Amino acid sequence: MQTLYEKLWKSHVVQEKADDLALLYIDRHLVHEVTSPQAFEGLRIAGRRPWRLDSVLAVADHNVPTTERAYGINDPISRLQVDTLDRNCEELGITEFKMDDVRQGIVHVIGPEQGATLPGMTVVCGDSHTSTHGAFACLAFGIGTSEVEHVLATQCLSIKKAKEMQILVDGTLGRGVTAKDVALAIIGEIGTAGGTGYAVEFSGSTVRALSMEGRMTLCNMAIEAGARAGMIAVDDITIEYISERPFAPKGDLWEKATAYWRTLRSDDGVIFDKVINLDAAQIKPQVTWGTSPEMVITVDGRVPDPAQTIDSVKRKDMERALEYMGLTPNTSICEIYLDKIFIGSCTNSRIEDLRAAAQVVEGKYIATNIKLAMVVPGSGLVKLQAEQEGLDKIFRDAGFEWREPGCSMCLAMNDDYLLPKERCASTSNRNFEGRQGPAGRTHLVSPAMAAAAAIAGHFVDVREVL
Amino acid sequence: MEKFSNLKGLVAPLDRANVDTDAIIPKQFLKSINRSGFGKNLFDEWRYLDNGEPEMDITKRKPNPDFVLNQARYQGAEILLTRTNFGCGSSREHAVWALQDYGFRVIIAPSFADIFFNNSFKVGLLSIVLSVSIVDRMFQEVYESEGYSLEVNLDCQTVTTSGGESYAFDIDPFRKSNLLNGLDEIGLTLQHMDLIKAFEEKHRINQPWLFK
Repeated sequence: MQTLYEKLWKSHVVQEKADDLALLYIDRHLVHEVTSPQAFEGLRIAGRRPWRLDSVLAVADHNVPTTERAYGINDPISRLQVDTLDRNCEELGITEFKMDDVRQGIVHVIGPEQGATLPGMTVVCGDSHTSTHGAFACLAFGIGTSEVEHVLATQCLSIKKAKEMQILVDGTLGRGVTAKDVALAIIGEIGTAGGTGYAVEFSGSTVRALSMEGRMTLCNMAIEAGARAGMIAVDDITIEYISERPFAPKGDLWEKATAYWRTLRSDDGVIFDKVINLDAAQIKPQVTWGTSPEMVITVDGRVPDPAQTIDSVKRKDMERALEYMGLTPNTSICEIYLDKIFIGSCTNSRIEDLRAAAQVVEGKYIATNIKLAMVVPGSGLVKLQAEQEGLDKIFRDAGFEWREPGCSMCLAMNDDYLLPKERCASTSNRNFEGRQGPAGRTHLVSPAMAAAAAIAGHFVDVREVL
Repeated sequence: MEKFSNLKGLVAPLDRANVDTDAIIPKQFLKSINRSGFGKNLFDEWRYLDNGEPEMDITKRKPNPDFVLNQARYQGAEILLTRTNFGCGSSREHAVWALQDYGFRVIIAPSFADIFFNNSFKVGLLSIVLSVSIVDRMFQEVYESEGYSLEVNLDCQTVTTSGGESYAFDIDPFRKSNLLNGLDEIGLTLQHMDLIKAFEEKHRINQPWLFK
């Protein structure tokens, strides 16, 4: 009997080493502009060439502007980084979706969208949110730049086998409760280091009922629980999503592939190192109140009081977080007013996310205290589809800005950022200090919750407005 | 990678848990296409009172006198003592480069985030896990005695205080050997080129859709 993780691991071992270490073969290498330039430079200095060009897919996403693309990138340093990626890809013959390509977008959105992420693959990228691709029963994890260079040069990585955790979510999610809320509820339960050293498999009836978009949101946030890799078994929903994607196999190969993919699940009765159980019916919409994703509470809750915490290190962290966030203990979450709304990021910028947010704002208008509400689709193709469905019009009519695809204000490497002390309801993945701009204040929520907050001007329980 | 040699170094305490890589090196500095020069922006938002931008003249910036690394007694520190889950969040190896470029050669914490921990060994920064109680004691000692230093011996896998107390730490033998010998991991892997090619052929037959 084997877990999904063991199946993926064993099918990629090139060489077993001591102490659970193995040389693993990498099937898909996704590359973006921020973590790759030094890797390409390293290859060049050592006189090495990429091992297998057709395994690499590149896109610039972190630095790209979300305003009119024809004007290019203003910031010369950002521009140089994007130009460097273009040049490296051209020189070496790597497939890249450039800034003016409709297929351009956030690397973790376009991989699956193109069918470049397929079940059974090992997928790496110099980006921690590579865990997203595990939704397709891939072994997918983020790596640093030295490893980016290593994979380019050798198609392999020396990896230590992780322990295995199963997170079982069963039952039906309430109306207005989404995969994002499940992810935040899990992190609230196990903490940001709860998954450290583990590969996590999400399963249970709730997970089976999620769309691929929802599953990607869940696996995306695995890293915020400390787990380098999150994964979900293959089923009809997985296969349906991949069918007809540009990079997906066709004809006889498709038949052969799907037969194999259907074996990519943990065998019944297999034992995990650790099991966490969640009851979907108990999960409410979540809002983070602090500067770590584990500092999270339900929308009907109140900002916690550090004085109630015994552990002194934890208490100090809470006090520091509340000071940074400008919040007082016991404040009701629904009394927290916002300045900006960000709907986007590799966590929540797919079509389903935009539909959920549009449903909430349709026919309404953002509150007067909201200085900026923006929607940043995950890719040019998501944007196009949303426009075909008329979602752009719904957002614009509600006072939102409708932008070009990219990472945008999730990490604020481009011109989209919070000013000091501005407070944002964000569908992204990290509420770290300064993440969305120096001294900016981030509250992580689902797209529907962010949309509802935009209309009310403060947090509201989306279940009451749907 | 440079060889890691044993060191006796000054210790600086960073008394926070869950220090994320965004805090270690904020995103605006990731726009660089170089591997060096990140040290001056290590912990930028905590270390300076003004907002840091790439290419700023560091001599014109306002240091935050309350931040631990700005205190006179910790100047020249080579060992960073910190709390659980150090290096969580983004996979940016720039965080390791910044710590190294600043002058740190060893980080001691009760636990590290996986990606940071892994990245650190790739470029010769030694991340050492010691128990919460030992780290607690070290925090107490570093606050109490100015010039507090520790001796790190990778060969013997020990951290020794000036009082002579010695604590053992674990390290994966592969990582240890790479650090001690300053080995180029890519070069090592390429010694197994035949194995990789053989695997690739088998993989291509089993899952032809993975190859163009």
